[in-house]
Amino acid sequence: MVEKKSQLISVDDRKTVGQQFVENPRMTCRDVNVYYGDKHAVHDVSIDIARNEVLAMIGPSGCGKSTFLRCLNRMNDTIDICRVTGEITLDDNDIYAKNIDIVSLRALVGMVFQKPNPFPKSIYDNVAYGPTIHGLTESKSDLDGIVENSLVKAGLWDEVKDRLDQPGTGLSGGQQQRLCIARAIAVEPELILMDEPCSALDPIATAKIEELIAELREQYTIVIVTHNMQQAARVSQRTAYFHLGDLIEVGYTDRLFTTPRHQLTEDYITGRFG
Amino acid sequence: MSSSLLLIVLLGLSAVAFHLGRRRAIALGRASGSSRSLHSRPVYYGTLTALWCGLPALFIFALWQALESNIMVRLTISTLPEQIRSLPAAGLGLVINDIKNLAAGSSFGGIPDPVIEAAADYYRHLQELGGLLKGGTLTVLSLVAMVFGLSRLTPKLRARNQVEALVKVLLIICSTMAILTTIGIVLSVLFEALRFFQKVPLTDFLFGLEWSPQTAIRTDQVGSSGAFGAVPVFAGTLMISALAMLVAVPIGLMSAIYLAEYAGKKVRAVAKPLIEILAGVPTVVYGFFAALVVAPFIRDLGAHLGISVSSESALAAGLIMGIMIIPFIMSISDDVINAVPQTLRDGSYALGATKNETVRRVLLPAALPGIVGGVLLAVSRAIGETMIVVMAAGLSAKLTANPLQAVTTVTVQIVTLLVGDQEFDSPKTLAAFALGLLLFLITLLLNVTALYIVRKYREQYE
Repeated sequence: MVEKKSQLISVDDRKTVGQQFVENPRMTCRDVNVYYGDKHAVHDVSIDIARNEVLAMIGPSGCGKSTFLRCLNRMNDTIDICRVTGEITLDDNDIYAKNIDIVSLRALVGMVFQKPNPFPKSIYDNVAYGPTIHGLTESKSDLDGIVENSLVKAGLWDEVKDRLDQPGTGLSGGQQQRLCIARAIAVEPELILMDEPCSALDPIATAKIEELIAELREQYTIVIVTHNMQQAARVSQRTAYFHLGDLIEVGYTDRLFTTPRHQLTEDYITGRFG
Repeated sequence: MSSSLLLIVLLGLSAVAFHLGRRRAIALGRASGSSRSLHSRPVYYGTLTALWCGLPALFIFALWQALESNIMVRLTISTLPEQIRSLPAAGLGLVINDIKNLAAGSSFGGIPDPVIEAAADYYRHLQELGGLLKGGTLTVLSLVAMVFGLSRLTPKLRARNQVEALVKVLLIICSTMAILTTIGIVLSVLFEALRFFQKVPLTDFLFGLEWSPQTAIRTDQVGSSGAFGAVPVFAGTLMISALAMLVAVPIGLMSAIYLAEYAGKKVRAVAKPLIEILAGVPTVVYGFFAALVVAPFIRDLGAHLGISVSSESALAAGLIMGIMIIPFIMSISDDVINAVPQTLRDGSYALGATKNETVRRVLLPAALPGIVGGVLLAVSRAIGETMIVVMAAGLSAKLTANPLQAVTTVTVQIVTLLVGDQEFDSPKTLAAFALGLLLFLITLLLNVTALYIVRKYREQYE
């Protein structure tokens, strides 16, 4: 025990260790810093996101993982006092460049939130919202197809196909979250960001969403923020551990949870804090 | 002792009771060890003692004030000679008035009748006696209540709970007063309106197409037919309200959207109060702005274009009334839009929607019930608005759909019917009450609908 501890990197060293870079990445982030007014929320984070992987981001509350996630589709732009520096690219294009179209960026990088947030519209209209505003369809039957397809992919079709005209807010929490995933899928994104998608759900609904993530991985690249380490272990290929705004360690999930290289990571996954 | 002095004495006694009660509670606490052994904080014991001392006395004071004058008048009448007592009610009333005036020391022309003078002396005597009696009784009563209250103070007494219960009673009394006043207003209008409907049939009033409330005073008078058809008057009201809403709803709603979704913090901090200043402008000021600036402007504009516009037009009144209502609609819509959860905006933006798309397709549909409720409240304000239309809309009760002509509204007619010296038993003046009743029913209906919609909306996010 004593021997093993001495091999770990000390808590004072905040340089990222592990497999933070990959070959042929989908997204790259270099020296990303995020400030909320005077508060420095994320420090010098550099990480790659590989194609068709599920990347889990874990860490104690307030460690900056959700803030960092929101940089990836520029959702932080909606917060006035938030400032982002560094470079983030998607398929080699800088997403913070001046000429970037945020609207099409967000269509390409979808997002699912912590609390299910269906619009107060019918189930059908919730899913049809994205395709309609982006003009993805020529006809009503096209739209019907997209809606059905998205609901099928989100594993919700069988439960709602007879009541598409009823309000989305009337579904159960787990169904609402799958509706939100269907809504995100409907605009045909290539990446999906998930910000603690199961934290408001019961274990059965959580299991369904995790199953869904495993299926979606074949088609999409997924970045998921979670508080639940078992969940990270179950769904992801790589895991990134954040601590107080620093990215401490990135590693292949099975390795990170069995042989962490950093003292802070070990403390967290063994439940010493969190 | 005069009533106001007595009131001050009672309040002073209550203050003393508060102080004594608190002191006694502190002493009790000390006697039994620590202040923890008291059930409540000393302040509550003090408040409770003060309420015991003050409330019963104040209640009897109010009762006394209400009954005093009636009893004194009866006693005075009983001393008057038989031929005055047997006068009809109106005549007796005049005599009583004389006595009261004389007793109050105001002189009126001529030397007063010795009988009246004697009665006035008696009345004055009664007043003094009553005042002394009242002062004495109430002071003693409140002192006794104070001592009783102090003697009941023990560490176990649940003063905090009792104060709570008394405060609740006080709040209930206050809210009942508002309700009773409303009922009183409705009843007074209702009874006068019923008198009107005894003279003019209800169907004539509701469906008649001609409004000309001048009734003949002499039988040989010409040109005073007295037609009481309310349709043209209500048509005028509706037209002006509709014009006002045409102005207010789009401008108010759009400025609310701008302030809620687009404006930065600094712009919001400046623009919102500025727009709300509009709500603080007295309506009479809007009225002369409409009458002196807007109406002539519209008339001149019409003259240039070759359209005949009367100098008092529904258009001018409606425009200005719309401007008056803008802050009302803006304020309500702004609140409602802000109440839409941030998660819905995030959801929409994350799908790649622009701000405009988010507002149109997510926020407005979500906020719509609240906005509709606000608009209905604004409509009932527009319908009840008086000053602007008195000054700018005109008096002629024409049944027309042309907003460039002068029309009249319900409120304007009520004002013109009741202003000046009027007899209160002719259909002409009573018609004002019938109009008022109908107007009240319409705005009540609108308000109830609006509140229902707003409440239903509120439940949606809870």
